[in-house]
Amino acid sequence: MADASIPLIVSDIHKRFGNNEVLKGISLEARKGDVITLIGASGSGKSTFLRCMNLLERPDSGDILVHGEPISFRRTRHGREPADRGQLQRIRTRLSMVFQSFNLWAHMTLIANVIEAPVHVRGVPKARAMEQGMALLERVGLADRAHYYPAQLSGGQQQRGAIARALAMEPEVMLFDEPTSALDPELVGDVLKVMRELADEGRTMIVVTHEMDFARDVSNQVVYLHQGMVEEQGHPSEVLDNPSSSRLRQFLAPRGR
Amino acid sequence: MIDFQGYGPRLLEGALLTLELAVLSLLVAVVLGLLTASARLSRLAVLRLPAIIYTVIIRGVPDLVLMLLLFYGAQIGINQLTDMIYDRWGWDIFINIDPFVAGVITIGLIFGAYMAETFRGAFLAVDQGQIEAAESFGMSPWLLFRHIRFPLMMRHALPGLGNNWMVLLKTTALVSIIGLSDMVRVAAEATRATHQTFLFMIPVALGYLAITSLSEIGMQWLKKRYNAGFEEAS
Amino acid sequence: MQELLQSLAPWLSDNAIFTPATLAQYWGGFVNTVQLVFISLIIGLFLAVPLAIGRASPIWILRKSIWLYTWIFRGTPLLIQLYIAYYGLAFIPGVQDSPIWPLIKDPLYPALLAFLLNTAAYTTEIFYGAIKAMPRGELEAARAYGMSPMLAYRRIILPSALRRALPAYGNEVIFMLHASAIASVVTIADLTGVAYNIYSRYYAPFSAFIFVALCYMVLSFSIQGIFRLLEKRMLAHLQPR
Repeated sequence: MADASIPLIVSDIHKRFGNNEVLKGISLEARKGDVITLIGASGSGKSTFLRCMNLLERPDSGDILVHGEPISFRRTRHGREPADRGQLQRIRTRLSMVFQSFNLWAHMTLIANVIEAPVHVRGVPKARAMEQGMALLERVGLADRAHYYPAQLSGGQQQRGAIARALAMEPEVMLFDEPTSALDPELVGDVLKVMRELADEGRTMIVVTHEMDFARDVSNQVVYLHQGMVEEQGHPSEVLDNPSSSRLRQFLAPRGR
Repeated sequence: MIDFQGYGPRLLEGALLTLELAVLSLLVAVVLGLLTASARLSRLAVLRLPAIIYTVIIRGVPDLVLMLLLFYGAQIGINQLTDMIYDRWGWDIFINIDPFVAGVITIGLIFGAYMAETFRGAFLAVDQGQIEAAESFGMSPWLLFRHIRFPLMMRHALPGLGNNWMVLLKTTALVSIIGLSDMVRVAAEATRATHQTFLFMIPVALGYLAITSLSEIGMQWLKKRYNAGFEEAS
Repeated sequence: MQELLQSLAPWLSDNAIFTPATLAQYWGGFVNTVQLVFISLIIGLFLAVPLAIGRASPIWILRKSIWLYTWIFRGTPLLIQLYIAYYGLAFIPGVQDSPIWPLIKDPLYPALLAFLLNTAAYTTEIFYGAIKAMPRGELEAARAYGMSPMLAYRRIILPSALRRALPAYGNEVIFMLHASAIASVVTIADLTGVAYNIYSRYYAPFSAFIFVALCYMVLSFSIQGIFRLLEKRMLAHLQPR
């Protein structure tokens, strides 16, 4: 049995779409309080890797352990599927995802979005969930927008709302899938600020991002993926300021020339 | 006051029957449509194939022919079945198909196929990202369906649903042919007896127009309900 | 299993239903159905084009009266319209002694009248929708080049709108084919009417109705195929290359 104190261990993940092998055996260990950024060119597999962690994509092989508990799989005609739906749902409540396109539920107000899963999945009494939800919206600066629908909010507000929704699950690991890529440049700052505060609180986070400043200042580990493999990995001061591979150097070089 | 020559009460009863028939058939059609649409979107070919055959057949054959087939055919089919049971086991069962039930089932069956197409399109139009978000929060498939997929789908399905309802309402007139005393049948009988076509047909036509107009208002209300949160987006 | 097959055998060999005589009846019904539907559709189509233009016209009274017409015909069952045409004309006092009686006596003419007014109403709305959906820029371009409204309609709006209305019109054609089954109610021996006669004579609903159901299906799919082909040719300019 693996160490139960480690929130998330993924090891040797393989994933192919048809003939295209997107992930060629990637491993990662997120200890409590880690902020890990995954960087890489588009098509490097970083988003797929993140989506494998909470099984939005089914990895073809490899193990995922949440607090030492391995997710069990079985083989079916459609590939490898989680063997136990109950376990899958339970584990997913412990890993909250923040999406690039926010994916707030359009037919619910912001506060309804925030309390939906706590009330109906985790069974938190509605009054308490409301209280906690409002506090979270306060934290991300959206208390006055609680009863707005997603379509009435700006992209930055929607993403901060989505972060509040993820926090409401009291997750052990937060997964961010390019949270600022869909935002107008002037809205990126507010979202990154919230994420920084979360990191300072000691939350365990795994972040797929193109924001190199965020990776450098906030994370304690940077993983550079190239064509489905880990090319370089380590503390941002080593990886970002002193890259050893020429590919990473090229990737980091200022563009626009 | 118009003199309906004694047919007034029967016309009213006919109108009531039209409404009951339409509403009950709608219920059957919606349930059948949801099931069929889900089957068509399933990964399993054993579910997909019957759903496709059902929708193709229903949409290729006139409503009236289906109604005649099911109404007259089902009675004979059941008679043959009960005869066989009697011959074999000696149980004497007699089942008479009630025309009202037959009407509800037939119209429900026909419009279930149209509803299935509406629902299928609407399910496909739902933003997959919002479904993924629900999955990633550990929702069970049933919870996800009730709280996320269904309400999101309904917004896309509503115009088609409204349209199907209007067509269904008019289709109920066909039950007068298989012997149900809806308002069309009463009016036709009265016309044949009194030779006063317009006296009976015009009020019935107005009856349909009234129900259509009321439905229009109902649709606006439903639209508001399921469009909550979407106005600004479009 | 053996027993079951044996009990079915007389059923299968019972060919009283598909004799040359009944097949001739079916053929007659087929011809009647196709004729009825085709003639109503053609006349309805020619009525619908000017009606749709009128429905989109700036003249209030014209617009509203055409709207009222389509609202009534689309809001009530075709069966009622058929009854009104059939009984309404036949029961006009004195009409049975008038010279036009032979024309009205044949149920085909009242049925045609009801069908063509019905399809014209639906088609008008389809074309009107297509005219309304005309890209504004193309209209403005026509106006900018000094086209008169007449010329713009003839050269720009109608060719574009009628093509875009093709898929919806294809549905209307199939709808009309299916709706025509009620012609049997006023004693027209169309496909459904023939099937009903054969059903009541032989008390064999399955063979009678399933056979015409197949006929209708073949017709429906042929119409669908023709419209697919037409769409491919006439809507090619809207497809991404």
